[in-house]
Amino acid sequence: MMENPRIRRIVLGLAAPTIALGAAIIISSIVLLVSGSSPVEVYGDMLENGSRLETWVDILNRATPLYISGIAAAIGFRMNLFNIGTEGQYLLAAFFAAAAGGAVDLPTGLHVAFILLVAMSVGGAYAGFAGLLKVNRGVNEVISTIILNRIATAGIIAWLLTEWLDESRQGLNQGTAFIAKSGRLPDLNSWLEVFTRDIGKGRHLTSMILIAIVVGIAFHIFINRMVAGYDLRASGSNPTAAGVAGVPPKRMVVIAMTMSGACAGLIGMSTVLGEKYSYDRSMTTNLGFTGLGIALLGRNHPVGVALAALLWAFIDASSGILQSTNSASREIVKILQGVILIAGVAGYEVVKRIRQRDEVQSAAEAMAADQDAQMEGAPA
Amino acid sequence: MTVAIELQGITKRFPGVVANDRVSLSVESGEIHAICGENGAGKSTLMKILYGMQPPDEGKMIVNGETVEFSSPSDAIDRGIGMVHQHFMLADQLTVMENVILGSEPVKRGRIDEKAAIEHLREVADDYGLSVDPTDLVETLEVGERQRVEIIKVLYRGAQILILDEPTAVLVPQEVEELFRNLRDLKAGGATIIFIDHKLEEVLEIADTITVIRHGKTVGTVKPEDVTAHDLAEMMVGSELPSPSTQGAVIGEEIGLEVTNLTVLDDGRPVVDNVSFTIRKGEIVGIAGVEGNGQTELVDAIIGTTRPSTGSLRMLDTDVTRWSVRNRRESGLGYVPQDRHHEGLLLDHPLWENAALGHQTKPPFAKRIFVDRPGSRERTEQIRTDFDVRTPSIEVSASTLSGGNQQKLIIGRELLAEPKVLIAAHPTRGIDVGAQAAVWEDLRQARADGLATLLISADLDELIGLSDRIVVMFRGRLVADDLDPAALTPRDLGAYMTGAAGGVDA
Repeated sequence: MMENPRIRRIVLGLAAPTIALGAAIIISSIVLLVSGSSPVEVYGDMLENGSRLETWVDILNRATPLYISGIAAAIGFRMNLFNIGTEGQYLLAAFFAAAAGGAVDLPTGLHVAFILLVAMSVGGAYAGFAGLLKVNRGVNEVISTIILNRIATAGIIAWLLTEWLDESRQGLNQGTAFIAKSGRLPDLNSWLEVFTRDIGKGRHLTSMILIAIVVGIAFHIFINRMVAGYDLRASGSNPTAAGVAGVPPKRMVVIAMTMSGACAGLIGMSTVLGEKYSYDRSMTTNLGFTGLGIALLGRNHPVGVALAALLWAFIDASSGILQSTNSASREIVKILQGVILIAGVAGYEVVKRIRQRDEVQSAAEAMAADQDAQMEGAPA
Repeated sequence: MTVAIELQGITKRFPGVVANDRVSLSVESGEIHAICGENGAGKSTLMKILYGMQPPDEGKMIVNGETVEFSSPSDAIDRGIGMVHQHFMLADQLTVMENVILGSEPVKRGRIDEKAAIEHLREVADDYGLSVDPTDLVETLEVGERQRVEIIKVLYRGAQILILDEPTAVLVPQEVEELFRNLRDLKAGGATIIFIDHKLEEVLEIADTITVIRHGKTVGTVKPEDVTAHDLAEMMVGSELPSPSTQGAVIGEEIGLEVTNLTVLDDGRPVVDNVSFTIRKGEIVGIAGVEGNGQTELVDAIIGTTRPSTGSLRMLDTDVTRWSVRNRRESGLGYVPQDRHHEGLLLDHPLWENAALGHQTKPPFAKRIFVDRPGSRERTEQIRTDFDVRTPSIEVSASTLSGGNQQKLIIGRELLAEPKVLIAAHPTRGIDVGAQAAVWEDLRQARADGLATLLISADLDELIGLSDRIVVMFRGRLVADDLDPAALTPRDLGAYMTGAAGGVDA
């Protein structure tokens, strides 16, 4: 029996993700056995691969946009909004930011800041538009952002990419003009190598990870420490009660959507500022959708989302090694991720109910103890 | 007469609380049996046990002479017991017929036999004199009609014993009349009705037998012709009936709140119609009125969540008509909302975050743009001790507190913020007697400290006892604006509220 409430709380908090991971491993093992692979071999390959420095650089690079995407989704979730449009918002933001960045020539630091600003503004405005549709026209944000995703990718980007194509670029991969050196983020290899050995395989740790850390800290301070964050959470949890407490529910919807979109605008910056230095036809997609799952898995908590993003990136990074060692089909990683997500969300719900029951019970006990005390004191 | 239901020594415990303590009850077949008691007295738990939603810890249930044990509502339905819930469980997009047959559809060759369904439904409705068109969409129905559909739903499944959980809570007076007519017809048709309510007048009107429950125990069973409403009230709350009263007039000259020619339109129709009144410091002005006569909209306009179309609002010496809700709250407007869960609390958040709601921008809850967590916690502890909020800790979520404790938390939060003007809407609704007396005392104390209070209440005794002055709202207008509570009885007020005595001041 876990008598100490503090220990019990921590154990409960860790129970859900642990169970989720355990369930994922068991189910994936069954799938592997059925498909004729050895689970031991596969997990062994994954862990061995995961112990290499180069893989860690890869994982961190993959986790960076996923983390930002998770935080963007979490901002929406905290306001009870399902911003499924982070996908379209980040792609549109990356496109305009890359185009703008490629078109101007600015001093080193300023150039990067300008591109980031454009990305956040475009993402914010596009999401804010969905927010306005919700409060003024009653359009559910899930519907509107799905449509806006389509408009952004198949409409605006597809059209403008052909309009704004950089003719001087070589090869089949067409895209916007390259951003000048002043607008590129340096890699962090030299920093990392101070503590470790040289990084091989041409891997570069993008400095976008620093921006992601700043985003995480800013999110934490805003949501948990600032009155404006309290307003947002209050409005998300009970818009009417927050309304009579001075938080206009409609305005909060627009603000939260805009903030979520502005954050989403940074998702594609790893690619634009640290990898491709332009927006081209091979732009990484689906990071927005993945972020929704990562936010759920990380409980919209700045540290939780980071752990979820790392786990996700680790599994993603394993898909290559599984193929090259031929120990299993690479699709196994999708199954692993799917099971973790479902088991995680279900696990949290179970833990939440246990917690609620605990609370109700201790509240009832407190009242009963109080009544007993009163009864004993009565005759005196 | 035979006994339809007999409960013997039913006990149900929840962690730390005994909801039903050896309750015994005997309902004769073909009667309307009212179960009366305060909120939290254990009526609903008892009915849930009877309907198979919860098993009793101890005790025996006998239905039509047979001892039964229910493990789910379907067992109860098999025994001919049906329940009409307080909150309707109907699908708006379906017709009356579709709602009624939902879950027990007559099937013919793999398809729903609509003809048979409508026929059976008509039969049931005619037998019991319930008029309803089976082809109507439920979303087009009035509340009273929906309730009738719920009753038919239960009868359709062959129920002979109906449990109605506070059926009048959602109805306007005319619909209550209609419901009572229906219930009498049902009784004439041979049904047994168990009727849960805490409105004494209604109970006295409709019931053949009344059983009163208090603190989970049966207090007694009486016949309506043998008791008065006052007797029943005393049975419900125990011997000493706490009465709200204000002594010592300390009403100042300064104006706390001044409402001038306020009109609020809803779809072009005035729901608040040219209302004017003033509340001075240290004064409690009570608004009487049947619910739905514009009180809610008036409160919304004062709080600032609704924009009035004309009129002005002054707090102390400032015109606040154009101010945002936040500005009004920050300059000293306190609000005790009528619906705690809907407007007053963040149920999933810890108590200390709830204590900040509405005051989150000011100390001790905030330091400039940041949340002052130690300050918030300290204030919450103060609310907990000063207002006797019973909770194991201020870290638990608000949903774990009982209604009375939630209300004390809200009252404490508003009063400790030192408001200049307080809007208290139904401050003692749905809380137990002890908490009620505490809330009255708090309001009295705040008045003595010079607070201008607007009190809205459906409890006329509360209104008369606490108010310095009473105004009456009827169809959005003030039909009486300066009644002296000392010279009023609830009966007089009732006349104003229905518009019968409206000519006095007009």
